[in-house]
Amino acid sequence: MKRFLAAAFVLWVALGSPAAYAVQPDEIMADPASELRARNLSRELRCMVCQNQSIDDSEAPLARDLRLLVRERIAAGDSDAQVLDFLVARYGEFVLLKPRLEPHTWLLWLLPPLVLGGGGLALWFQGRRRSRSAAATDHSTVKLTAEEQARLERLIAEEPLPDRPA
Amino acid sequence: MIAEAGHYALVLALALALIQSTVPIFGARLGDPALMNVARSTALAQLVFVLGSFAALVTLHVTSDFSVVNVYENSHSLKPLIYKITGVWGNHEGSMLLWVSILALFGGLVAAFGNNLPLSLRAHVLAVQAWIASAFYLFILITSNPFLRIANPPIEGRDLNPVLQDIGLAVHPPMLYLGYVGFSISFSFAVAALLEGRIDAAWARWVRPWTLLAWIFLTLGIAMGSYWAYYELGWGGWWFWDPVENASLMPWLAGTALLHSAVVMEKRNALKVWTILLSILTFSLSLLGTFLVRSGVLTSVHAFATDPTRGVFILLILCVFIGGSLTLYVWRASALKQGGLFAPISREGALVLNNLFLTTACATVFVGTLYPLALEVINGDKISVGAPFFNLTFAPLFVPLMIAVPFGPLLAWKRGDLLGAAQRLFAAGVAALVAIAILWAWTSGGSTLAPLAIGLAVFVIAGALVDLAERIALFRVPFAISARRARGLPRASWGTVFAHAGVGIALIGIVCETTWNSEYIGSMKPGDVAHVAGYALRLDGLTPRQGPNFREMVARFEVSLDDGERLGAMTPSKRNFTTRGSTTTEAALMTRGVSQLYISLGDTRADGATDVRIYHKPMVLLIWFGPVFMAFGGLLSLSDRRLRVGAPKPARAPRELQPAE
Repeated sequence: MKRFLAAAFVLWVALGSPAAYAVQPDEIMADPASELRARNLSRELRCMVCQNQSIDDSEAPLARDLRLLVRERIAAGDSDAQVLDFLVARYGEFVLLKPRLEPHTWLLWLLPPLVLGGGGLALWFQGRRRSRSAAATDHSTVKLTAEEQARLERLIAEEPLPDRPA
Repeated sequence: MIAEAGHYALVLALALALIQSTVPIFGARLGDPALMNVARSTALAQLVFVLGSFAALVTLHVTSDFSVVNVYENSHSLKPLIYKITGVWGNHEGSMLLWVSILALFGGLVAAFGNNLPLSLRAHVLAVQAWIASAFYLFILITSNPFLRIANPPIEGRDLNPVLQDIGLAVHPPMLYLGYVGFSISFSFAVAALLEGRIDAAWARWVRPWTLLAWIFLTLGIAMGSYWAYYELGWGGWWFWDPVENASLMPWLAGTALLHSAVVMEKRNALKVWTILLSILTFSLSLLGTFLVRSGVLTSVHAFATDPTRGVFILLILCVFIGGSLTLYVWRASALKQGGLFAPISREGALVLNNLFLTTACATVFVGTLYPLALEVINGDKISVGAPFFNLTFAPLFVPLMIAVPFGPLLAWKRGDLLGAAQRLFAAGVAALVAIAILWAWTSGGSTLAPLAIGLAVFVIAGALVDLAERIALFRVPFAISARRARGLPRASWGTVFAHAGVGIALIGIVCETTWNSEYIGSMKPGDVAHVAGYALRLDGLTPRQGPNFREMVARFEVSLDDGERLGAMTPSKRNFTTRGSTTTEAALMTRGVSQLYISLGDTRADGATDVRIYHKPMVLLIWFGPVFMAFGGLLSLSDRRLRVGAPKPARAPRELQPAE
């Protein structure tokens, strides 16, 4: 299988590739489980000459190149992590659509939980402060001024009685 | 002549915008109604001139005047009329002209229908609108003039990018821009409130319909774009977490948060300062989207550096407006009085929670979209942030949000009863559990998460129905009275029901499509049969055909069920556009209920076999029905009595509808 794929790969590089669609019939691996792994890995890998497309979606020749490479590694018995390591070693971290958690991506990964947690905390503190200040000034806020009291009574007097259905 | 007239009209619009930017502000300072009213007439006149300019460009495209660079580069005399018209905004210059036309349209609408606004507020709002307009007129006139001529006109144009020659281009960009630019109104209202140092519940009542209108268009625009990508790009994907898509998703998330916080402000006079901030942020994100898409910075940081004029100009606009409005906010927001106390468990509390999650989601998209750019600029490291990142970070944010959605409308204002709401949602919970149980039994051994996600979606939909049933006291009073209450229910409440149900509907579609999508990839010769998800598709043959500006190879598939019942034919094709020498795939779709069969063609091989990709996408249409429901809910809410009838009046309806005793 490996030799066949390697031969197909060499042949393909030698002949030049036609512009065509994402995964092509001749790329599919015989073993469905391996093929499924290849598809799943393909979705995590970037076609480096495309704008934000995974190699699974892309029709670029480079994407086909990478798809065949992934299948070749799987056929050679690599685990998913080993395949990814191999590709990162060869093409750099740019090839991963989901960056690894490393010092220079801490901010990227940690910002969403920080915003959520920070926002939650801010709301909690604000709520406590406001309820405390409301409790402290409770008596003054509950009482209406004489003017408001007069207005309220006037409004109540003006309000027509609800129509009662017969 | 027409090009020059269009160009001149745009210059005049700029002049009017400059007047509108300054005179009304002085008028408001001096308290002079005549000067303040200048805003109204200039806004309307500006609209006339911009529309004139836009009409000029449309005329040039329709008449195929190739002496104009923009027409030469993006049109072709043989192109069908509809694509000649839509081609106007299928390029940078034209789309910017559409952008300012819509900006002027919104300004004109405020001028024409803002009669119930306080005079000084209207003057300020329109002046701020004119600041934005002036900046973008200058941008177009200096860096992106669509009316430039060619000295030696060529005989034929270079045609429009074939992918764009689709009905989608007629609908998607105008819708999206109506949304993007519509948020400029809430921005202008926010800045005007900060300038005036005054804001009250009435302010929220004026802002809300404009925000709602923009949100409806943005929702439909994004959904339309997603469907367009789905059938046009040929591999059946409907959302790619592409930076350009993210650019439209960010204002949508912020706008959805704004819509909800404006409710709190309108009803309870609380969250004022936050609502103002959200209004500013939402439009800032729209501007950011414009920058990302229009500056070329996305293709690569280097593309931005090679032709920096446009990018730098928009970046400048971005900095001035976002920086300026945020500075104004920091300076003036403390002057705005906070009001309306509420307990954490209350309708307000639920809406605050909604805002927290939506803004976090927005921040996630923001950092995911811009982090690679920032990192490359800072230390040259190139990383990619794509779909797997967003899928992983979005799910934990949306699950709690979705669980909370049905609780919100059932909680009372000020102080709610969570246990009571939970009891009333009992039926919805049961419905969700039943759905999960059935799906687990049915797909035993398959994905465990998908049934849970669908259960969540069912909970959201059933929760929306429970809310409706509670409001009309269904089953607790005679049906006739419930029906009467349903008629008397404010349309805004109906809107909530539809919009929230829409969220659940879209989620069902998303989960089904991603989990139970089946595909067939293979080479087929005429007579071959492919079997996908219980359907048999027989390739009858391929025939060449000549279109107006392309040649195509059409394949004919005979579709039937596996048991032999004939369903009809599907005809996917591959088009070759001669002028640009590029090909597009026209996928064929067959709709079965809300599911679809999808065929797209690959290359034909030397031995006569054609590469074919066939998908069965279960429930896929729900992905777009959901947003349509949401937008319909928005429309209902927009037609609510309190927004149609300007002055607030004491509501009489609830009393009339008390049950007879």
